[in-house]
Amino acid sequence: MAAPDLGFVEMMRWAWRQLTSMRTALILLLLLALAAIPGSVVPQSDVDAMRANNWKADHPDLTPIYEKLGLFSVYDSVWFSAIYLLLVVSLVGCILPRLRVYWRGFRAAPPKAPRNLTRLPDSDSYLTDAPTDEVLERAAEVLRKRRFRVVVADGAVSAERGYLREAGNLVFHGALLVVLAGVAMGSLMGYQGGVIVWKDGSFSNNLTQYDDFKAGRFVGVEDLDPFRFTVDDFDVEWIDDPTNPRYGMARKFVAGIRYTEKPGAEEKSYDLRVNHPLSVDGTDVFLIGHGYAPVITVRDGEGEIVSSGPVPFLPEDQATFTSFGVVKASGATPQIGLEGMLYPTYSGDPNNLGSVFGSLGNPLISMQAYVGDLGLASGSQSVYVLDKTNMKLLGGTTENLFRVDLCPAKIDGEENARCETSTVELPDGAGSVTFEDIKPWVRVQISQTPGKMVALGGMIAALAGLLASLFIRPRRMWVRARREDDGSTVVEVAALDRSSGGEVGEEIVEVVAALKGETVKEEL
Amino acid sequence: MTNEAWETLSDQAATVCGVVYFLALLSYSAQWASLRKLPADETPQSGQVAVWGRFGLLLTGLGCAVHLVSLVGRGMAADPNRVPWGNMYEFVLSSSFVVVLAFLVFYRKYRLDWLSLWVVGLVWITLMVAMILLHDRVAPLAESLSSPWLVIHVSAAVLATGIFTLGGLVSILFLIKERQEKRIAVREAELVPVGGGGDVAAAQAVPRTGILARVPSSKSLDRLAYRLHAFAFPVWTFAVLIAGPIWAQVAWSRYWGWDAKEVWAFITWVVYAAYLHARVTAGWKGRNAAIVALIGFVTLLFNFIGINYFFGGGSKHSYAEDAPAVVQVISAAELTSQL
Repeated sequence: MAAPDLGFVEMMRWAWRQLTSMRTALILLLLLALAAIPGSVVPQSDVDAMRANNWKADHPDLTPIYEKLGLFSVYDSVWFSAIYLLLVVSLVGCILPRLRVYWRGFRAAPPKAPRNLTRLPDSDSYLTDAPTDEVLERAAEVLRKRRFRVVVADGAVSAERGYLREAGNLVFHGALLVVLAGVAMGSLMGYQGGVIVWKDGSFSNNLTQYDDFKAGRFVGVEDLDPFRFTVDDFDVEWIDDPTNPRYGMARKFVAGIRYTEKPGAEEKSYDLRVNHPLSVDGTDVFLIGHGYAPVITVRDGEGEIVSSGPVPFLPEDQATFTSFGVVKASGATPQIGLEGMLYPTYSGDPNNLGSVFGSLGNPLISMQAYVGDLGLASGSQSVYVLDKTNMKLLGGTTENLFRVDLCPAKIDGEENARCETSTVELPDGAGSVTFEDIKPWVRVQISQTPGKMVALGGMIAALAGLLASLFIRPRRMWVRARREDDGSTVVEVAALDRSSGGEVGEEIVEVVAALKGETVKEEL
Repeated sequence: MTNEAWETLSDQAATVCGVVYFLALLSYSAQWASLRKLPADETPQSGQVAVWGRFGLLLTGLGCAVHLVSLVGRGMAADPNRVPWGNMYEFVLSSSFVVVLAFLVFYRKYRLDWLSLWVVGLVWITLMVAMILLHDRVAPLAESLSSPWLVIHVSAAVLATGIFTLGGLVSILFLIKERQEKRIAVREAELVPVGGGGDVAAAQAVPRTGILARVPSSKSLDRLAYRLHAFAFPVWTFAVLIAGPIWAQVAWSRYWGWDAKEVWAFITWVVYAAYLHARVTAGWKGRNAAIVALIGFVTLLFNFIGINYFFGGGSKHSYAEDAPAVVQVISAAELTSQL
């Protein structure tokens, strides 16, 4: 495949021919498969940002190298894009000329019969008394009935069938381009965001309300549909039968929500469940997670409330829903921060803090308290991370470890009879913390994916094309009748399979039987 | 019948099924042990050898029926009743059933008697692995799996996996047979200068013996492998590129998210697509194409076993539980900068 000494134009033509050859396409396909592998091994920032960040923290040496290679976003990387773009070019370069050939071939008559039919690998011949015209007429009829395109010329019948195979092949490859277009539409014009909404909380589709948000290049603020919803209720069923292999698993999540499609519109209600998203005007709302939000009130040294309200804790363990959370009271001087765990069903053993079940059987928070500067002024920070650089741990010695260990006064609005005290004074007169209530929260994913129907339509067309290209068996058949000197007629039948897996022997036998059957009958 | 009774029935049926397949394997082994010594074009229709063969087929059919009982029992044992595709054990049980069923259905049409020993052996081993390593109690499905799409998506995946497995088996036999044919051709070419033309004709006229001699020519094996792959490929396309994305859109809010399982399903699809191309590309036909098909089968297996074991926590497709809700939180200022 060495390039001969050629001018620029020839050189380009040579390169184009190489690129659009089947061998190149094949190698690009295998390369694409190979290139997709790292994305399943290295955590991807777009897929699971938390895992990607944890990985980066665990591998400080490898991270810069991996980042340079784009290994944290393989499917957006230059090299992955290069492979599939080359594949697309190769595909287009392959199907365009084939379209032209197909168009010509589609209109052309079946090719003339080869001179010596019996030399073809699949052929048969027999003798009959019927005149040649009659045999040929009969052959044309038989082949037409078998859905061949038939031409009678020069004492032979030429027939061809299965034109749709190549059409299917072209549709398949063309439809893949449509799928790519649909996917591109989604990533350029779509957006996806997530938000945690606690019971009785509400959300309006507005950028500032999201916890995380990812948008395509062509998405503007005006593209967010102005709907809003309120979470009225959240129901979940816990498997509490200890003999069940899935003991502790939660299922049948239902979030009862009220929503309005646009300001001033009529309010409707909907039961949001997993696998049953709510669709509002092209935007879909999904229920994808749940957890608990303790309602915590922090007072400063003077007894003034400096922070109050539900604080979502993030579940770290799906089996027991042991969750992690942070409270930031920025209004206090000095500022107060709390960091610690929530145990929905506290085991009751103070030496071995833990949750034994995911439901709110006996909730307990166990947190540590800090005072100082929360560092909010220095820029954006996650609400789930406490920046302790300028904070001092209260009662921070091992002998005198101070913990905010509290049960809630209420559970989801109902009095918690088991809880004796739900308030604790902070050391050094820093203030107090009260665990007022605990509410469920749901994590809702909101997304708009334009072009998803284009991609789906393309994929269905591709499948239809694929089926045609795999199962339609194109073949040519010829029947020649020749009058011998002794008055008998020699009939030769031959067939040529034009797919890559068909057998034509059977068809020849059937056609010959059909031809003979008719002539025999006439003789009788 | 209670759920526990159904579960016990399913487990017992699986055990019986394993025993029956093993007996079928023994019968076929006995048959082939005798057939091996006979010339390849001579297959006794009566007598001991034929009886062993028929007995093996009968046992395979019986095993397949018991296999079905085990699957149905699995589905009935769940509360609420469901299709038996809730975990790896159930998936393997189903796919291996598809392999046996497809073998029995096509037995006559493609005259698959030469494949019997291999199919039964493969299925028996698979079943043993499933029962010993993968067995898990019947359990309720994770919330996101409770959907009609489970039936559509997984049934197509099970069917494609079963047929790809058969296709892979035939491709392996193709590689072995092709090698043998080449060796014979070389040996015969060497005979020419020594013994002259007469001996070559004599050498060809003598029917060969041995197990491989009874396997069809590499050309027919290639064609059969192609047919199996050509059947499974569109089914796989439907499973992972149509039904899967539709369900993912409904359950996870995106139709394609490069989840580990999605990546490997895509890789499998691309490799089998490469196989279909290789079969019509000069220089890749035959041997290389068969190797590509086998690479495809390896990616299929890896997607099934490797992803569940090595990437369990990282894939949304891990059967046991929904992946924890990932919360990635950034401030409002950063949010605005993204628009």
